[in-house]
Amino acid sequence: MQDKTFNIIISGVGGQGVITLLSLIDEAAFIEGYDVKSSELHGLSQRGGSVEVHVRFGKKIDSPLIPSGSADLVISLEMLEGLRELMRTGKNTKFLINEYCLPFQGSLAKEEIKDHFKAIGDRLHLVAASDICKEKLQNEVVSTIYLLGYAVHKKLIPIKKESVIKAIERIVPEKYRELNIKAFQLAHD
Amino acid sequence: MDKNKKILLGDEAIVRGALEAGVDFVSGYPGCPSAEIGEEFFKIAKENGIYAEWSTNEKVALESAIGASFSGLKSLVNMKSFGINVCSDSLLPLVYTGTKAGMVIVVADDPSCWSSAQSEQDSRGYAYLSHIPMLEPSDPQECYDFTKLGFELSEKFNLPVILRITTRVAHQRMPVDFNKVDSKPQKTGEFIKNPLQFSTMPPRVLEMKKELLDKLERIKAYADKSKINLITKPQKPAEVGIAASGVAYLYVLEALKELDIDISVLKVNLFYPLANITVSRFIKDLKKVLVVEELEGYLEKELNAIAKDANPKLQVFGKALLPEIGELDVEKVCLALAKITGKKFKKNITKQLSLPKRTARLCEGCPYWYIFPVIKRIAPEGTIFGGDIGCNMIAGLPPHNMQDFLFSMGASLGISHGVKKSTKQKVISIMGDGTFFHAGMPALVNAVYNKSNPLVVILDNRITAMTGHQQNPGMGKTGMGESTEELKIEEIAKACGVKHIKVLDPINVKDLENSIKEFLAKDEASVIICRRICALLAKRQKQ
Repeated sequence: MQDKTFNIIISGVGGQGVITLLSLIDEAAFIEGYDVKSSELHGLSQRGGSVEVHVRFGKKIDSPLIPSGSADLVISLEMLEGLRELMRTGKNTKFLINEYCLPFQGSLAKEEIKDHFKAIGDRLHLVAASDICKEKLQNEVVSTIYLLGYAVHKKLIPIKKESVIKAIERIVPEKYRELNIKAFQLAHD
Repeated sequence: MDKNKKILLGDEAIVRGALEAGVDFVSGYPGCPSAEIGEEFFKIAKENGIYAEWSTNEKVALESAIGASFSGLKSLVNMKSFGINVCSDSLLPLVYTGTKAGMVIVVADDPSCWSSAQSEQDSRGYAYLSHIPMLEPSDPQECYDFTKLGFELSEKFNLPVILRITTRVAHQRMPVDFNKVDSKPQKTGEFIKNPLQFSTMPPRVLEMKKELLDKLERIKAYADKSKINLITKPQKPAEVGIAASGVAYLYVLEALKELDIDISVLKVNLFYPLANITVSRFIKDLKKVLVVEELEGYLEKELNAIAKDANPKLQVFGKALLPEIGELDVEKVCLALAKITGKKFKKNITKQLSLPKRTARLCEGCPYWYIFPVIKRIAPEGTIFGGDIGCNMIAGLPPHNMQDFLFSMGASLGISHGVKKSTKQKVISIMGDGTFFHAGMPALVNAVYNKSNPLVVILDNRITAMTGHQQNPGMGKTGMGESTEELKIEEIAKACGVKHIKVLDPINVKDLENSIKEFLAKDEASVIICRRICALLAKRQKQ
């Protein structure tokens, strides 16, 4: 268990499963004995717009929002939404981005987004989670869980695999549990 | 009682607190960020002997709870910010009569308008207007603690108490310590007649006002004596202090760590009535104080007033250094604090980009995808489109861009009537089923009665969708999941005297086109009900 507070921004598009991912990280950190705080958004902002939520865990957490520049990790379920986080993060922030675009009128091309990401060099982990989950599990929605598996496996997040599995068992409804655990494990294979 | 610790959302923690306080009766109207309170109650109501309902609007919700309180049942009312505007007509007299059994009213503001049109309302202003005691928690643990405290104060002083939360409190999660509660049977109350207390008929109403003002003095004294508000002292005496409330207090704690400052902090938990003696004691030896509160500068004004006697040389900083628009965050507090302490603070951001904005949009498969384009295509050039609250307000965003005004629940029709009476233009008012029941009905009666002819298109997607799918009177199901009378919008419209009514399935585009054409030519008010289930709900029902 580490003393320093660990800060995660999760971003994506409303409906992609941002809040499920937040709840799982909250629960897993809580299982490990950390103090936890998170902040999320519901309602209008959830109807297909940009969504950004914050998760923090450590010894004692005060603010539910991460001070700007202090995120340790950004997990984004969509490329452009991940790119936005460059404006809220600092020089040590790592980025775990789903290589997946949900375009809208006026949105940037994938290559353009990739160009912008060059600024952060090897702090970027671009992972085709949606494609992998579609191919291996015939289900795109669990790409969020795949990304979490990736983050744990690559030690981008200081939480044990077992804690996440326990969190999935507690939070995910029974009929989707097996699929979620599969998606989580997939990143370890 | 068993101890428990679980990660809870602020809204869920309120439910836990109310449960422990022994709440019997819960009413409310769903809105963001308060909707999870009602939903959570429905999950646990039956096993805990609680009656819970979604009322047709916040005024009716409050009145239902007043009935319960007068009958000896403890009640909780939940609503978003604008709900208090709707229920204020009954809130003011309630504070005069006082409650019999305890009542907590949860009002959830939304600084930065994450999920709110209308206005960036700071509902703390209602404390002054109505003289209602108001508590402000900062996090889910306090949501739990202060709900219990709210019931305690309410029972002690026979007044309703508002628990004022904001988005970052309601939708904040953390591990919360709470007690397990044994289930109880549903309580049957008794209304014992006492018109002297419950009827505000003059001249009694003025005596009631006197009783109210006396109660407030007693609450102030109680707050000064008890530890409702919290003062944290620094290791070494400091000349600068901070007064903060709500979630802003947490940003203050973070900012103090960030800037490595140790000063005294007053956490104002009871916003109204403000404990003057506590505040006087806090500011007595300070030279400067920074007031950190979101939106309006109410506390700042209070501190300035108290300082006139307690410490006339005190410099009070608030809205001069912190924005009145939008929610606060750690960075904004750091900047303000750095300014008055002379500390250095630098932003730590990788880069600035100018990226296209992704706005809210209709969900995939939403029946409104059929409706908006057809209305826009068929309506003659220059037709005025009245927008309303709910998913249908997405009509105002691209690619639809068909919203000429947007106000409050049901206002599309009230304003459309006014435009119709004032011009020769075509007017179409667009509202959802939930909104029609909430506040659309009186406006429809008005349009018919006062002989104007807007076209009202009611988007009946069989549920109150935007706030997360809550039951409404058109569904034949109560919030508790029981079967009930299904109120038909077409029958209500008919009873309101509307002559031209059409119910259709919007995927029958031709039908919709023809009805719009036909009704726009009428001299009387007309109603088209586009009935098709919300796509998300349909998907969920299939699973």
